Amino acid sequence: MRKLFLPLTVVAAGMFMMAPFLIDGAPYESTMGLVQKIFYFHVPSAMTMFVSAFVCGISSAVFLFKGRAAADRLAVAAAELTSVFGIIVLVTGPLWARKAWGVWWVWDERITSTFVLWLIFNAYLLLRKYGGAGSERLAAGLAIFGMANVPFVYWSVNVWRTLHPKTTVVPTLQPGMRGPFWFCVTAFLLLYVLAITARAHLEAERARLEEIYLSIEE
Amino acid sequence: MSFVRAAWLVVRKDVLIEARSREILYTTLFFAVACVLVFAFGFVNEGRPITDAAPGILWIAIAFSGTLALGRAFERERQHETLRALMIAPVDRPALYVGKLAGILLLLAMVEVVIVPLVALLFHAPLFTRPLLLVALLAGGTTGFAAVGTLFAAMLVRARSRDVLLPVLLYPITIPVIIAGVRGTAALLQADVDVPMARAWISMLVLFDVVFIVLALWTFEPLMTE
Amino acid sequence: MSLDFHSLALTGVTRTFGRRRALHKVSLRVEAGELVVVLGPNGAGKSTLLAIVSTLLAPTGGDVRYGDYTSAMGAALRARIGLLGHDLYLYPELSPAENLRFFAGLYGIDRVEERISMALDRAGLSDRRDDPVAGFSRGMRQRLALERALLHEPRLVLLDEPFTGLDDAATDALVGRLRQLRASGCLTIVVTHDLDTVDGVADRALLLHRGRLLDVANEGEPLRERYRAALAHAPQPAAGRL
Repeated sequence: MRKLFLPLTVVAAGMFMMAPFLIDGAPYESTMGLVQKIFYFHVPSAMTMFVSAFVCGISSAVFLFKGRAAADRLAVAAAELTSVFGIIVLVTGPLWARKAWGVWWVWDERITSTFVLWLIFNAYLLLRKYGGAGSERLAAGLAIFGMANVPFVYWSVNVWRTLHPKTTVVPTLQPGMRGPFWFCVTAFLLLYVLAITARAHLEAERARLEEIYLSIEE
Repeated sequence: MSFVRAAWLVVRKDVLIEARSREILYTTLFFAVACVLVFAFGFVNEGRPITDAAPGILWIAIAFSGTLALGRAFERERQHETLRALMIAPVDRPALYVGKLAGILLLLAMVEVVIVPLVALLFHAPLFTRPLLLVALLAGGTTGFAAVGTLFAAMLVRARSRDVLLPVLLYPITIPVIIAGVRGTAALLQADVDVPMARAWISMLVLFDVVFIVLALWTFEPLMTE
Repeated sequence: MSLDFHSLALTGVTRTFGRRRALHKVSLRVEAGELVVVLGPNGAGKSTLLAIVSTLLAPTGGDVRYGDYTSAMGAALRARIGLLGHDLYLYPELSPAENLRFFAGLYGIDRVEERISMALDRAGLSDRRDDPVAGFSRGMRQRLALERALLHEPRLVLLDEPFTGLDDAATDALVGRLRQLRASGCLTIVVTHDLDTVDGVADRALLLHRGRLLDVANEGEPLRERYRAALAHAPQPAAGRL
């Protein structure tokens, strides 16, 4: 990964530079027009966020039951990225909603589930920060619960919501939109892989620093 | 030492302590009543309650007072480090979780016996037209809330800022329970009672309870050992 | 009893809390019938040591063996360990008899009422068996907590400051009890500051200093003097540490 990191970073940067041209070239959606183009960033960030949430949940389970410190480092990196991509989703969603439906916030099942998930992983980060010594284990428990909670949140919000916007965008993409859309998804996932690698690496370095501090006292 | 017997001993001990001091029951009960009253000022307009306010108020009161009861129940085990004594006892540790959960459920049941009629009365809500469905909703919802809450409160015993972290952790996870409770209760309150809808929510609550109790039993021991 | 052991062996046990090192490569062996006293200033890691030996806390490094077993034995091993913690582990709302009955149940003890009566006799609390513990003095609670920790006749006895709050008579009784434990083949570890009291009961004394276990001379002067000498020779932290 270390050897690949720099070339992949260049690739990711190139893809993000190319993305606006591809999005510009994609056909206009018949009813929403220009507004629909935010989807090329909004949906890939949401996908990345959900991937990140599951990475955090699974590595937390590995950490809790196998005691692998590396899994915990991956979990904390994933939790932070869940929070970051969640912010992108929660900002771009309302921007689109304002133009499409005239309101900033709609209680659509996807955006609401995203909000709940975002809260859970911020709770994870708060627990690690303010819970004191040993809180990484407790946070791992929360992440497992948070992951198991996703289908329940999605289903309950889906039945509960009163407004029914059609959000089945991905399957009904027009042919000319598919290329740029999946291009953006790839770019976001690549960015995610790079970011989580860098962040987990930073955490590993920090762990090494702790060991050095301890060994100095010998 | 069988699992069930260990859990039973813990419940009996908690009931005995609570019967003696009644601290958690009284404080939680009055807190729940105060909650309902505070909501009344927000949701009663010109002497008439807003339609559909009752289910929300009922479930938020349950969630808030439940959080308080959970915090107090484990503060009691923390004060003289009795939780450590339980942890070194030669019993299956998940049995301790089951015992504490059962104690919390008994307590919340008593709170609900008071606040459900109170909400029905104050907010003109015909809550008792389908008593069995209502009881099923309350049982399913309270169990789900307490199942997650008992695990979180137990594991937070050795964390700093535990008072504020408990709701921060617990509320996002239990959002499906709150939605199911509120919408299920609202379905019962309609002029034309929506039984299939109430049943759907009850099924979801049962599924939620099963999934999260299994998860809690599975994670209790690794979460409680440092 | 299905599980039993006759020695306790700690090898290179280390425990860190973040950047703080509570225990550093502690090695210790205790045999059946031996009573070991662990001395040391506050914050030296004594409570951490007891928590690890009682399986409440997992070590960061090193291992702990109970005869042929490890803490992986779980409940069966815990049944043979008795811990008197600094916080006494008693429910103040319950009476002494109720506290003992609850724990007797968890430990699956037979002849419960008879053993409770004997324990309350030893603690000198027979006349107050049904009063809530909340009204008891520190010394009374301390006596009760000791009986609670020993109710299931553990093989391994861990006592954290057992003399706290005890009057002279109770102290003498406890010293007698410690001799009994030793004679009956228990492995006993006592963490204490009451040097003069344990002088003569203990087989060995050890000094825990900044998470390291150091020997205290076994012969000669009173324990107090030997403790001072050991403390004076303890390695001091390097100057200019981070």
